[in-house]
Amino acid sequence: MSEGWNDALRMRPGSPPTSGKQKRMAEDGKDDSVATDDDSDLTAADGSLNNTMVEEGSTLLRRMEICVAEAEKRSGKNAVSMQETFTVYLIETRPMDAVAEGRNPAPDSLWRRYSEFELLRNYLIVTYPYIVVPPLPEKRAEFVWHKLSADNMDPDFVERRRVGLENFLLRVASHPVLSNDKILYHFLTEEHGWKEVVYETGFQAKADSRLRALSATFRVRNPDKRFMEMKHYSDELQSHTSQLLRARARVADRLYGVYKVHGNYGRVFSEWSAIEKEMGDGLQSAGHHMDAYAASIDDILEEEEHYADQLKEYLSYAEALRAVCRKHELAQFELEMASQDLISKKQQREELATGIVRTFSFKGMTNKLFGQEAPEQREAKLKLLEELITEGEETVKEKTVECEEHVERAWVDMQRFKEQKDKDLREALINYAVMQISMCKKGIQVWSNAKECFLKM
Amino acid sequence: MSAGAPRGLASSGQKPITEILHPLSAAEETLSPGPDVTVSGGGEKDSGLTNGTPVETSSPASASLLFNRLQLDDDLDGDARDLYASTETRDLFVTVDDPKKHVSTMETYITYRVSTKTTRIEFDLPEYCMRRRYQDFDWLRIKLEDSQPTHLIPPLPEKFVMKGVVDRFSEEFVETRMKALDKFLKRVADHPVLSFNPHLNAFLSAKDLNKRQGLALLTKVGESVKHVAGGYKLRTRPPEFCAMGEYLDTFAQKLGTIDRIAQRILKEQSEYVTELREYGTVYSSWAGSEEELRRPLEGVAGCVTTCCGALEDLSENMSQDFLPVLREYVLYIESMKNVLRKRDQSQAEYEGRLEAAILRKQEDRTPMPVEVEKCQDKVECFNADLKADWERWQSNKRQDFKQLLTGIADKNINHYEKWFPTCLAWSTPYKLLLKIILKN
Repeated sequence: MSEGWNDALRMRPGSPPTSGKQKRMAEDGKDDSVATDDDSDLTAADGSLNNTMVEEGSTLLRRMEICVAEAEKRSGKNAVSMQETFTVYLIETRPMDAVAEGRNPAPDSLWRRYSEFELLRNYLIVTYPYIVVPPLPEKRAEFVWHKLSADNMDPDFVERRRVGLENFLLRVASHPVLSNDKILYHFLTEEHGWKEVVYETGFQAKADSRLRALSATFRVRNPDKRFMEMKHYSDELQSHTSQLLRARARVADRLYGVYKVHGNYGRVFSEWSAIEKEMGDGLQSAGHHMDAYAASIDDILEEEEHYADQLKEYLSYAEALRAVCRKHELAQFELEMASQDLISKKQQREELATGIVRTFSFKGMTNKLFGQEAPEQREAKLKLLEELITEGEETVKEKTVECEEHVERAWVDMQRFKEQKDKDLREALINYAVMQISMCKKGIQVWSNAKECFLKM
Repeated sequence: MSAGAPRGLASSGQKPITEILHPLSAAEETLSPGPDVTVSGGGEKDSGLTNGTPVETSSPASASLLFNRLQLDDDLDGDARDLYASTETRDLFVTVDDPKKHVSTMETYITYRVSTKTTRIEFDLPEYCMRRRYQDFDWLRIKLEDSQPTHLIPPLPEKFVMKGVVDRFSEEFVETRMKALDKFLKRVADHPVLSFNPHLNAFLSAKDLNKRQGLALLTKVGESVKHVAGGYKLRTRPPEFCAMGEYLDTFAQKLGTIDRIAQRILKEQSEYVTELREYGTVYSSWAGSEEELRRPLEGVAGCVTTCCGALEDLSENMSQDFLPVLREYVLYIESMKNVLRKRDQSQAEYEGRLEAAILRKQEDRTPMPVEVEKCQDKVECFNADLKADWERWQSNKRQDFKQLLTGIADKNINHYEKWFPTCLAWSTPYKLLLKIILKN
């Protein structure tokens, strides 16, 4: 894993001279966030960069620096010719060797909107069903506590989304398998015509229908135990992260209330100080500290939103993990069905060839009732069956290979995911503790200051 | 029932004993933070001081013990010296502690131990230890109000409690009430005039108060009749008393606001704790389905739980110590306003009588009646007493609030100090681990 860390160091995007950038990885810029040591840039809030395992092959991120630099509002006509406002995000890329050599060329850039990211992700999910595909930031603001806006156009939401989109790109571009995808490369480099190229791949046709997938879940007989356990785990992960997010939102609400009410002390102390002689100054200053206390909660909770975003990422990741497990169920189910079909066809052939009806069949019944067919007809049927059986054997072979490949590749990626998850969430929790400690220190500071003022009353 | 000038303090001849008894003379007096009272049943600890600011000293019975048990509060040392810069030597120390429940066929009630130590000659003995109940305190207050109408009598805690709403025998209620009674008695004992009142003497030393109770009622009725009967209207109130009245009104208002804010904070804090507990359990249950993440998740769960505990302590403290003192001050303000009103009345009476007398004098040349002169004296004494009391009151108020607010600041600091070490404890080893990994 240490290799991954070092690569992360090298791969870490610098700060190209465009304005308005606030990367999650540059959280170290904020004074009171995260760890106090100077390795804080690696204990980035999402830890996205820091732990994708880069084993063989040079992933895209090694060769290219990627970031989502800005967000802008645009208006245009949508598909049904209605005026709409939407946000676009600026993706900037630079070749890595240029950066390494110290040259500072201007980055290539293009604008993309959220729906295009969604399209990219859908394409990846269908094309790589054995990969736990990194999730996008949430489509709509969820788990909001009352002060936060649930409006998609809210600047804070847009900013957090920008960071989330960058995170998505970095994760995808550093993935050993996904980073090699041509469509991804096009997404990053060709502004126009990209959508058409994606559609041309015909990936939409390959997508599994929901219904089929669901039916497979219920009817599959021998799914791989490990996948079943992993699926169960993904359910747990989803349940726990969503519970946690809900509870956190409620806690944030309450904490906000507690801090803000203290602001009232500020006002009343100020009013009271007006009628006091000796006590006046002390009261007045203490009042200011109470105001500061009430104001401090805004920053505290804003920082916590980053923590919440990390949790949200893994909430979505749980879904992606489950999708891989479901794909296995589907593949296994189809294999079972194909095998079943082959067996029954072989049985039919046997019956037809020997005339012995082993099992109940409609054909058997009609034979009894209406008499057997003519030998020519039987020959024709037999021939057809042989063809079908040959086809069926091919199908079974294919399905077996499909299934086995999926199992093999998915297992590798699920392991990779597990390690990434453990590392990311551990860091997130540590950062959370650091935030709590910082909150305590601030609280102690404010009340100590207030106490000083009281002592001077 | 004299409204005359305060009597002299205990003679300096007592000094040596005073010093041995209480080494904390004006120059060295200290305060302990927070309105704590020695509650324990231990008979050794005693506090005796002005205006509810107890100091821990040992029993005067043993001089050597005294010096050993001195407690200096570093924080408030300097300011304490400021307050007690007056060169009064204390010679009357009172404490209220040790609540006990008495159950009889007729009723159940609580008594408190009232301990007195004094060198004053007005008392027969240097030490007393009596058991008194709230009724007795109430009696004392009424007697004081009657016998010293020109002085501000400190308030008592609320007399009536709605049965069923508050448990009169719960530990918290009894403790809060006891602290207030202790403060009341200390304020009286500290007052240069009130402390020499014979009723106080009786309260502190007499075995039986009941006999006097009947008398008290009678006298009370008599006095109030006298006061109301005048029905005179006040012409102009001297500006200093107007200012006092306005100040009291505004002050009461501000205290009311602070009370409301504090209550609101308590409410928000309680709801916060409820959500926080739930939040903690989610971490714990998640930890159950993880391997590598189990320890960090449990770490956070632990922090959250500790935070809940610390918050509950803070809230309890606010409702036990902070709010009652605020409320008591509102009562104190009411008492002060009452005294102002009485002063107004006595001025009105004087002005009324004076007017009548002048008219009569103009008509039939009779000399100024004695009552008018008496009234004038009364008003002047009243004004003087009131001004003196006002100064005391202001000074004490300043100290009381300094202590109260510092206390609340301390409690808040303590609350944070309680739970952030837990966060530090579980996260530090991981941070170190992280550093090691990064260094590779």
